[in-house]
Amino acid sequence: MDPAIDVQGLRKSYGSFEAVRGISFEVARGEVFAILGPNGAGKTTTVEVLEGYRDADGGTIRVLGMDPATGGSAYRARIGIVLQASGVYPYMSVREAAELFAGWYPNPRPVAEVLEAVDLGEQASTRVRLLSGGQRRRLDVALALVGNPELLFLDEPTTGFDPGARRGAWEMIAGLAETGTTILLTTHYMDEAQALAHRVAVMRAGEIVALGPPATLGAGGRPQIRFELPGDADPHELAALAGGVIVATGDRLVLEVDEPTEPVHRLTGWALERGVTLERLEVVRPSLEDVYLALTAEDA
Amino acid sequence: MSSERSERVAAPPVPATARPAGAGYGLRRYLRQVTAEQRVYWRNGASAFFTFFLPILFLVFLGLFGRDRIVDGRPYADFFVPGMLGMAVVMTTFAGLAITLVIRRERGMLKRVRGTPLPPIVYLGALVTSTMIVLALETIVVLFLGDLAFGVPLPSHWYEVIALVALGAACFAGLGIAVTRFVPNAEGSSAVVNAIYLPVLFLSGAFFPVHGLPEFLQWFADALPLTHLLDAMRAVFIHGGIGRDELQGLLVVVLWGVGGAVVALRTFRWEPFGG
Repeated sequence: MDPAIDVQGLRKSYGSFEAVRGISFEVARGEVFAILGPNGAGKTTTVEVLEGYRDADGGTIRVLGMDPATGGSAYRARIGIVLQASGVYPYMSVREAAELFAGWYPNPRPVAEVLEAVDLGEQASTRVRLLSGGQRRRLDVALALVGNPELLFLDEPTTGFDPGARRGAWEMIAGLAETGTTILLTTHYMDEAQALAHRVAVMRAGEIVALGPPATLGAGGRPQIRFELPGDADPHELAALAGGVIVATGDRLVLEVDEPTEPVHRLTGWALERGVTLERLEVVRPSLEDVYLALTAEDA
Repeated sequence: MSSERSERVAAPPVPATARPAGAGYGLRRYLRQVTAEQRVYWRNGASAFFTFFLPILFLVFLGLFGRDRIVDGRPYADFFVPGMLGMAVVMTTFAGLAITLVIRRERGMLKRVRGTPLPPIVYLGALVTSTMIVLALETIVVLFLGDLAFGVPLPSHWYEVIALVALGAACFAGLGIAVTRFVPNAEGSSAVVNAIYLPVLFLSGAFFPVHGLPEFLQWFADALPLTHLLDAMRAVFIHGGIGRDELQGLLVVVLWGVGGAVVALRTFRWEPFGG
């Protein structure tokens, strides 16, 4: 089957600023795909090209077999969009807003069922302007779902949420994924991508710097041996002894190695011969968060 | 690819093929949209007061204040009843549409609508239609109050009044949509729009005659569409119909309307300016 999203060499500039610099990725039908990156990395620009809001400057883009730039109403009938900030008629009730949106789509889902799915069933008669921030966000999701989309775009769906509300939103999104809806979400929360996505593309400065399932991205980090440098020891000599690469020096030496067993043995042997101790010795494998920070760190 | 993934692929969502078609569907969708706009208009009390009740309130105030006054050799009421019809046109179409659209644009409501299959023309068309319904009701109230409370009977050529209200509405709706391009945020929208139409109401002679103006202001007033709309309106009320002079003046209204429509079509933005 065709992929839901097929992006090859997407470019987009605003004036002289290159927001997206020729990225490529595919999203399979039924997949939850996250674009992870700091603010200004080009996530929202990428998503807005796919949603049909912006024309790309270059590259080929196929979404659900159509070109978003020219797909028009027929294309928008098949997608659901949750923008970073989207207002809804404040003087309508939740149910009225959902029914209005449902009427815009060729084969909508039942409104009551959708409101139930986002846990707004009890607020159906409440005016939109009286909803809390989290409830409004859930209404945004309901309005994106009510058209029965094949593909759902979620642009930073939990930014500004408290931890409890985030957890609730995650459960809701995971529930949607189980029904087979393809989901493209952007986030700058690493744990969000890890919890929800089958695959993650890490973006930095308009480029994809890593792409794969969250587990493999985390495993890309090599183990590190860290300890306080004793006395006047030469960090380069110790690095050569351990067969590792110096990541950081100073009071504490951090060495990156392929496999820590033998290097640790050599280093502790070296310390015992001299009768010194390696204070605060530890062997750590970087978390996905460390990998993410390393991938997206601005070059000094 | 995992077996879990295969399962997901095996159960795709229902594709959007069952597409209701035909003129009936388009019309129903449009009417439903107009109904929704009417509902939110009347529920927003502050905005309904501003655009619907304020001209009526002015009519009542001017009527009480100007009782027994003579303007240009005639009862003041003959002057201000057509004037308040003009104010109603400007408030509902120009001020009402401009402020509503700026607020919706800045809140992201317009952008959100652009991401749905609803054609933009249906959305905007329904909003304009809803505005015209409000103006029609307001016109009826002003005409009735003018007749019953202030002794200004409905002119024999009442259909010319309707035609003038419609022409003014078309002109000022175009200008109201056009001006949104120049109002960058929702907070300032009321202030900017007020700063435009309030001087226009005074200079065009909605409240009192302006022939005592300095020459440059008189020249400015003659360039404004409302001046000529009100001249024509008063001709219908006082002289029983529109003459050649008034028809020429209405050309100014048409020119402003066309200009507004062109600017509106070329510069209208669906996305917020602010971030």
